[in-house]
Amino acid sequence: MVAIHANEDGLRRDERLERLKLFGLSSPATLLILVILVIPVGWLFYVSFVGADGSFSLENYERMVSRKSYSRIFITTFQVSFLTTGLCILIGYPLAYFLSQLPPRLASLCMITVLLPFWTSLLVRTYAWLVLLQKQGLINSWAMSLGLWDEPIKMVHNMTGTLIGMVHIMLPFLILPTYGAMRAISQDYMKAASNLGARPRTAFWTVFFPLSTPGLFAGALMVFILCLGFFVTPAVLGGGKVIMVSMKIVSNIELFVNWGAASALGVVLLVLTMIILWVASRFLKLDQIAGGGH
Amino acid sequence: MATASKDALPITVANVTKTYGKVHALDDVSLEVKSGEFLTLLGPSGSGKSTLLMVLAGFTRPDHGSLKFGDTEVIRTAPHLREVGMTFQNYALFPHMTVAGNVGYPLRLRKRPKAEIAERVEKALETVQLGGFGNRRIDQLSGGQRQRVAVARAIVFEPRILLMDEPLSALDKKLRDQMQIELRRLHEKLGMTTVYVTHDQREALTMSDRIAVVNHGRIMQLATPHDLYERPANRFVADFIGDSTFLKVTRQGDRITWGDMALAHGAPAPDTAELAMMLRPERIALSDSGPVEGANNFAATAENVVYQGDSYLVQARLSDGAEIILRRAMSGATATTMPAPGDAITPTVAPEDTVLIDGREV
Ligand SMILES: Nc1ncnc2c1ncn2[C@@H]1O[C@H](COP(=O)(O)OP(=O)(O)OP(=O)(O)O)[C@@H](O)[C@H]1O
Ligand SMILES: [Mg+2]
Repeated sequence: MVAIHANEDGLRRDERLERLKLFGLSSPATLLILVILVIPVGWLFYVSFVGADGSFSLENYERMVSRKSYSRIFITTFQVSFLTTGLCILIGYPLAYFLSQLPPRLASLCMITVLLPFWTSLLVRTYAWLVLLQKQGLINSWAMSLGLWDEPIKMVHNMTGTLIGMVHIMLPFLILPTYGAMRAISQDYMKAASNLGARPRTAFWTVFFPLSTPGLFAGALMVFILCLGFFVTPAVLGGGKVIMVSMKIVSNIELFVNWGAASALGVVLLVLTMIILWVASRFLKLDQIAGGGH
Repeated sequence: MATASKDALPITVANVTKTYGKVHALDDVSLEVKSGEFLTLLGPSGSGKSTLLMVLAGFTRPDHGSLKFGDTEVIRTAPHLREVGMTFQNYALFPHMTVAGNVGYPLRLRKRPKAEIAERVEKALETVQLGGFGNRRIDQLSGGQRQRVAVARAIVFEPRILLMDEPLSALDKKLRDQMQIELRRLHEKLGMTTVYVTHDQREALTMSDRIAVVNHGRIMQLATPHDLYERPANRFVADFIGDSTFLKVTRQGDRITWGDMALAHGAPAPDTAELAMMLRPERIALSDSGPVEGANNFAATAENVVYQGDSYLVQARLSDGAEIILRRAMSGATATTMPAPGDAITPTVAPEDTVLIDGREV
């Protein structure tokens, strides 16, 4: 007679073995995250609470609240991030839409040109913009020789230059998820809308656009968060006039050798980013409950 | 036929051709759907059913041809101006809207007042037996419920023409049978001219006023289910509908013969050079007591006998080597006389079940 609990122990052992294998596979990644993320961030927190005399203190944070220059830096950082994200949406969304309407083969070809910037060094791209945009740069000299304007226009070492460079670099991060979401929208939805009486424009705004927003939202969030910590491009193209948090961190270390102040800035930036992510994820979930995600 | 509501519109398709490269998706199709009729397009995969439906809805632009709803030529009318309801094969319900949002969509586009929309949406949902489901999300619905929402959305704005592309193909058999009856009842109630696409012959036979059998972009026969089954116009239709087998027969003067045997047949034979006799499995009787007077009696050997619960199938070989299949309903009496493989049997076909058709392959 076969016992009711036949093979129970063996089966349980198999189950445990399987789980162990899975754990084994993920352990290198877990270890890596522990070493390069958890420990350094913990260290960062610790250092930010160490005062100039080496004892525990809140002076690094107090300085941030009391000094006007700090709040201005945070405002600039958010300003640049918001503007870059906004411009990326304005430029990237229509482009992603255009790509999503092309036949797949042609679309992937065009996508390569969008992704090309990904494969060139960030520094090279940033300096290339400097060459193009500066007073004696390509754009000014061409425009003047064509008679479009008489005096060279200041397009770099200011907010304009920073934004041009940042938008160019961030655009793929917005386009990729947006394009992905758009490709996933079945043509049948648009046909159904049209069949039910929607003009093409109405069908777009009532059906296509809402269905593409999860991708757009993910892209915009990514761009915004990357912008918050951006350094090279604003440093080169901003010409010292656009000072973002990351730049202040660098100067705190290089100029003033004040690790505590730099760490505190890093912590604040990290916490702000996490808050934004948390709010955004709440928002995304709410959206899903209302029938948004799929 | 259902009583046509006074708003139902007839559809006239004339000489519509659509080619994709060398493929004739539609090859000079002409067709009339009567006002209030339930017409089914039936055909194998790739025969052009969906293409024809897409031409009716305005999503496919044919190479040439004419399409009229009532007396109005609409072949160049944009889809959103055609005012035809349509259900898609995958339903195409908007996932970002609730059930009520979906059903109310066409009414919102038509700028109806809020109260009226709410009322008509609820009424449409009740019509498809989904009253009170308005607040559900689409992904909270079962396949059958989605299908009903799709129907509700297609009828809520009271279109005078309703198009359905294989609306039941994603459902399991039981639900499909139930929905067939429901859709048919809905049609009786609303009376709108309906064009229905399916590749399921049973579904077509059950639901339709008339069936258009389509193959290679051409209409092979347009007839009532009864005529289609009993009097197929050609070999393709005879083959496609029912599990028929065919015997090659010849004309000798006035007589039609199979081998040396003269065949008794009810309806006259078509006037074609080649002729075939169509044998429906359920129309072949098995005589337990030798040849039957007045019927066509064949001598055969049973090769395979398959028990199917409600019936059994016999695969038998005739004396000239042709294979036929016959089905016999299962009952206490027939069960005892169920032949065994190798038995000599006498399949008999009554003259009125002896259908002669054009023997050419189409
Ligand atoms: N957009 C298209 N481009 C090229 N060929 C097409 C296109 N649409 C349809 N066809 C071809 O036209 C023919 C008819 O297609 P259609 O979709 O109408 O078939 P169907 O009868 O609906 O088949 P099914 O039962 O599989 O849905 C097929 O040979 C198909 O390959
Ligand atoms: Mg089809």
